[in-house]
Amino acid sequence: MKNTNPVFKVKSFATKQSIKLSEKTMVKTASASNFLTDLADVFLFIVQFFRETFSRNFEFREFLRQCFQIGYKSLPLISITGAIIGLVLTIQSRPVLIKFGAVTMLPGMVAISLIREMGPVITALLCAGKIGSGMGAELGSMKVTEQIDAMEVSSTNPMRFLVVTRIWAAIIMIPLLILYADAFGILGSWAGANIKGDVSFFLFFSQAFSNVKFMDFLPAVIKSFFFGAVIGFVGCYKGYNAGRGTESVGVAANSAVVLASLLVIIVDMVAVQITDMLTS
Amino acid sequence: MNTEQTEQSDINSPSKTTNEAVIEIKNLKKSFGQQEVLKNVTLKLLKGENLVVLGKSGSGKSVLIKCIVGLLKSDSGKIDVFNKNVNILNRKELDELRQKIGFLFQSGALYDSMTVKQNLEFPLRRIKKDLTEKEIEEKVTEVLENVGLADALHKMPSQLSGGMRKRISLARTIVVDPMIMLYDEPTTGLDPVTSDEISALIIEVQKKYKTSSIIITHDIKCARKTANRMVMLAEGEVLLEGKTADFENSTNPIITSFFQ
Repeated sequence: MKNTNPVFKVKSFATKQSIKLSEKTMVKTASASNFLTDLADVFLFIVQFFRETFSRNFEFREFLRQCFQIGYKSLPLISITGAIIGLVLTIQSRPVLIKFGAVTMLPGMVAISLIREMGPVITALLCAGKIGSGMGAELGSMKVTEQIDAMEVSSTNPMRFLVVTRIWAAIIMIPLLILYADAFGILGSWAGANIKGDVSFFLFFSQAFSNVKFMDFLPAVIKSFFFGAVIGFVGCYKGYNAGRGTESVGVAANSAVVLASLLVIIVDMVAVQITDMLTS
Repeated sequence: MNTEQTEQSDINSPSKTTNEAVIEIKNLKKSFGQQEVLKNVTLKLLKGENLVVLGKSGSGKSVLIKCIVGLLKSDSGKIDVFNKNVNILNRKELDELRQKIGFLFQSGALYDSMTVKQNLEFPLRRIKKDLTEKEIEEKVTEVLENVGLADALHKMPSQLSGGMRKRISLARTIVVDPMIMLYDEPTTGLDPVTSDEISALIIEVQKKYKTSSIIITHDIKCARKTANRMVMLAEGEVLLEGKTADFENSTNPIITSFFQ
């Protein structure tokens, strides 16, 4: 029989609410604790990276191999993308500039926008896709197939051999790829300008670079090192800390691309703010 | 005829052992979260012997050998390898100790991005730093011949069959002349003929390189062939330790289910 006593009803209601509240608190505490554990893991990973970087026995040969993998093997993709960006930017901007009678500003405008923003960000996003996912998938599959453990038991520090070399290669090669993309972008822009006009190669380049100052280059080059670091760290962290199952390889590669791309955009925003503060 | 049979039996059976312990494990405990995998394991590996560790899947066999090489840290208990407690060694000391231990992984764990030659050279260049290029080449050729795959030198791991991968992995392990070998399920996933060949290789390695080995397996044929002594793990503890005959005569249902 159902108890109709109001005191009992209130008591029962309070108990149920109290249980619900404690359950919610437990879930929130667990997720907060997971977040803090992840944060601590990232921090330890970064500390370990710097410790292994400055320890003796830097794996120079593997570092060079990674530079080749990251740099040289990305050249076709970066060349095509850079040239197309320059070409498209020129084709899109030309009619507007003609309307304002400022078509002579075209080479300078394209060069500045490529060097300051388009080149670094688009190349970094491409690298996040190609290099970041490659690192995540490669290290993730090495973890799953016990190759990292095999390295560890053969007295080789996997952090030093696999992670440090990859991150430094990304930090060095990605800025170079960005400069390379800028160059191809300007080349593409010259091609674009010649579709409907007739500009000599020498004139186009001299007009482009007469408008570019050292302070256009410097912030872009500095932020590209940070892009390289972000892509290297995220790719390696996700791969190195992948789970044991085969599905974790895909998860590592995918999350490496997503997180690296997001961080590239955030770093770009911060870099633009800092540059603006310093130059204004 | 009898002499021939004796010789044949010598080749196919593990060599004799001494009473000196190279690995001594006392009251080892290891848990993963709430799951207690090793509850209280105590065992010894004697110099020159092949110790087979049996047990059903999930009984903690692989965890046991990963604790021995320091890939996993035990919760409590003591693991002495050559009288050094693995749990308290720093990174450098652990690396030095690992140079004396060979570990054959269940999956082979060959480096996918390297050729067979580079796979074999990898530990050799790091552990035996004083070797010349010529000596490295000779050593690589020698171990490949020992595992019967001298022609696989320039192949990539993806071009090898399961049995070949296991052999190359074994070659990579023995190339640095380890004193202790840890085999994690060496015959799992192989056909009976290849399994027999791997078992024969394990005995050959024991004799030729004078190694002491722990062989983790649930392949009874391999266990019978390679063991000097056996240990059965069940519920995270040692259920029985003894010679093959002790296991065959046991009435314990878990053990009889393996030896039927």
